Parts: sequence; C-alpha cells; structure tokens
Amino acid sequence: MLRKKHYLALGAVTLVTVLLLSLPSRTVSHLKLAIGGLFLPLFGTVNAVRQVPDRAADTLLPRGELLKEIQNLRRESQEFEVCKQQADGVARENDQLRALVGWQQQQPWKLKLASVVLRDPANWWHTIQIDLGKRDGLVENLPVLTSDGLVGRVSSVGLTRSQVVLIEDPRCRVSARVLNPAHDMGVISPGGPMENSLVDLSYLSGNANLKPGQLVVTSGVGGIFPPGIPIGQIADSSQAEFGLYTEARVKLSADLGALDQVWVLLNPQPN
Amino acid sequence: MNVLQTILILAAAFLAVFAEAAFQLPRQFFGAQVDLLPALMIYAALNTNIATVSLLAVLGGLWFDVLSANPLGVSIPPLFAVGFLICTRRDLILRELPFAQVFLGAAASAVVPGLAILLLLTGGQEPLLGWGSLWQWLVMAAGGAVATPIIFAVFGWCQHALGYQPQTEPSFRPDREIRRGKL
Repeated sequence: MLRKKHYLALGAVTLVTVLLLSLPSRTVSHLKLAIGGLFLPLFGTVNAVRQVPDRAADTLLPRGELLKEIQNLRRESQEFEVCKQQADGVARENDQLRALVGWQQQQPWKLKLASVVLRDPANWWHTIQIDLGKRDGLVENLPVLTSDGLVGRVSSVGLTRSQVVLIEDPRCRVSARVLNPAHDMGVISPGGPMENSLVDLSYLSGNANLKPGQLVVTSGVGGIFPPGIPIGQIADSSQAEFGLYTEARVKLSADLGALDQVWVLLNPQPN
Repeated sequence: MNVLQTILILAAAFLAVFAEAAFQLPRQFFGAQVDLLPALMIYAALNTNIATVSLLAVLGGLWFDVLSANPLGVSIPPLFAVGFLICTRRDLILRELPFAQVFLGAAASAVVPGLAILLLLTGGQEPLLGWGSLWQWLVMAAGGAVATPIIFAVFGWCQHALGYQPQTEPSFRPDREIRRGKL
C-alpha cells in the first residue's frame, strides 16, 4: 500500500521537522517573526471587521446621550486634574525626603499604549500579540498592564509586534504580596485551562491570615515587575501540604478574556 | 485542477490559522478555540496526493506555531501523521458519506492536539493542562466534526466551479445500433 513517493514524503517531512526543532532559540525567534510577517496584510482586515459593530452602534446612539457622556467625561477630567496636582505635590515632597535620606529617586512610569492584534490559537498557551515592537522601544520582560491590573510580561519582541505571556500562562510567574497586616507574600501561578479570571497564589506562609476580598499586588521581588501593580483580590484560601503552606485563589482585576488595548511599562523599577 | 486545488487548500490553511488567532468567538462561548487544520487535512488526504498532504502539514503546522507559543515545528508531525495514515488507507474509506466525514473530522481533531501535547511534554515544555483540558479537547473534536463536512462541501463547490467538468458520454453506442435492411 505504501509507495515510493509516500516514503519520500515521510522522509522529507521528518527531516524538516527535526531541522526546525533543533534550531537555536534565537534563530527560532527570528524565523517566527519573519514568517509571522506574512500575516501583516490581514491585520488591517481584522481591525476593519471588528470596527463594523462599533460603527453600527455609533450611528444608532442618540445625540443627547453622547452630550451627557461628554459632560461626565469633562467632570471626571477636572477631578483627575485636581488629583494630579495633589499627586504631583506629594511626589515632589517624596523626592525631597528621599534626597534628604539618600534613597534612590523614584521615576514616574513611562507607559505606551498597545493594541492586541492576535491571541494564541493553541488552547494550552495563554499569550497575545501586540502592535508594538523594537522600533517603539520594547525589550523582553517588560510588564504589561491595563488600568485594572497586571496582564503579563513581554516574552519576545519583533520590529513591529511583540508577544506577551499572560499572567495565567505557566511561563509567567509573579511574586505577589497580599495587602493585609502581615503583608504575606507568595507566587502567582496559573489556575487552570478554563479559569480565565482565577489564578493560584501559592507558597504563602502556613499561618497566613487571608480573607476574601483582600487585595493582591506585585511585590517587586524577582526583578521584572515593579511593586504595587494590582493583580486581583483573594477569592478563597486553603492549607496545602498538611499545613506547610497556604494556597489561595485570586480573582484577577484585569479581564484577560476581553483585552483590546494594554499598556506596556517601559521603565519598570523593581526593588 | 490539481495545482489549483493544492493552492486553494494551502490558502484555506493560511486563513484558518489566522482566523483562529484573530477571532475568539468559540473561545468566548465554549472556552476553547477550534482548530480547522485537522479537518482540512482530512479533505487533503482523501482528495489529493501525498505531496499536498506533506505541504499542508509543513506549512499549516509552521503557520500555526508562528502565531502560537509552541516551539517551531511541533505541530507538523501530528498533522502529517493523520494525513499520512488516511492517505495510505483512503481506498477503504467511503469519503462521500457525511457520516464518514464527521467521524474522521472528530477523530483527527482529537488526535492532533493530543499528539501535539505529547510532543510538548516530551520536549520538556509545560503547557497549561488540567481537568478543563478534557472539555477543550471535546470542543475541538466537536468543532472538527462540524467543520469537516463543511470543508468538503466548500471545496466540492470550488472544484465544480473551477475544475474541468467530466465529459459526459453520448447515448449513441455503435454496438447497440439497430441495422435495418431495405425491407
């Protein structure tokens, strides 16, 4: 039943596979970005398709509602302006005190907005691709967040696109701190393939006193994520390994299933 | 039609991989993304030659891995294994029957991710697996089962529209001619 051409095809495909799998990671990264460039013309089409429902909704929205929305936004903008002035004053005071004590000066976060263009087609990885790359100043391991909280980190960078490993992927481990009196620290790891909004917080001390609703933020330990970025809230907790340590489930602040735009933190300052 | 059919299959694979990465409707509704490459591979294995099957496995797998966090090339062997197996046994398969298409689509869509995960684990990778993966596996198999007859129908229509039509035999046959005498 097997003919000569079947054996030839089998040999050729095996050879190509072995060659590809044995390439060094740097070459693979370049190759992936080069081949991924083939999909660039399709990105515009996708954006156009995604905008169709928005445009349809725009035409149906009443003018009065839009004006009301503008007024609300103006009011919010004025409130934020006042808050910013106050925050600037506090920051100046903080800088002066740091200078007096001799501590390192803190720099304000430099953020860059990116659009999410693609999501991992495989169900066993949780990554996204964003439309910023080397030419926008991105490098590997930069933190990625939304206004709600932490999203993940940049894992590979191309000229115009980058891959971001989400916080619910096994390759993104984050050192986290619970905002409780004891400031318990643990490591964020993925919850499960179907749990989009829940991750595990493990390696907490055995006597950690956790309550649902307590905030979890990045601890700054590990060298990638600066301290204080919100991750989520404690959903529940339990003892693990016969009480050796405590595990908790954390409900993520950012909705990772509906990411359209994210912020890349260009100057992270971990402790 | 052979070359055109190969080009059409590869173009469909390219668009399918991109659509899987760009549109998240199945993931939002069912919690898993459906992979269309196994269903395409079933069509290619039953209707084209081994060269097209190999090309689809290599290019489709490569495109999938480029947009995914998979190591480059890891999706090629599962796709080719399914295509090769069906291509070598296709004389025994009733490819025109929708039941056969549905069954093969479901089986291929279940086997391909299973083999891919096996390869990933063998290579020391840590893909996100758990009890939820079983549900995702079922969704992928069901998606493949639905997609395969549709792909057969679409490509059948393309072949009908773009390919050469089979020449119909005239009803006249010289051996059946009734020769009549003068009387």
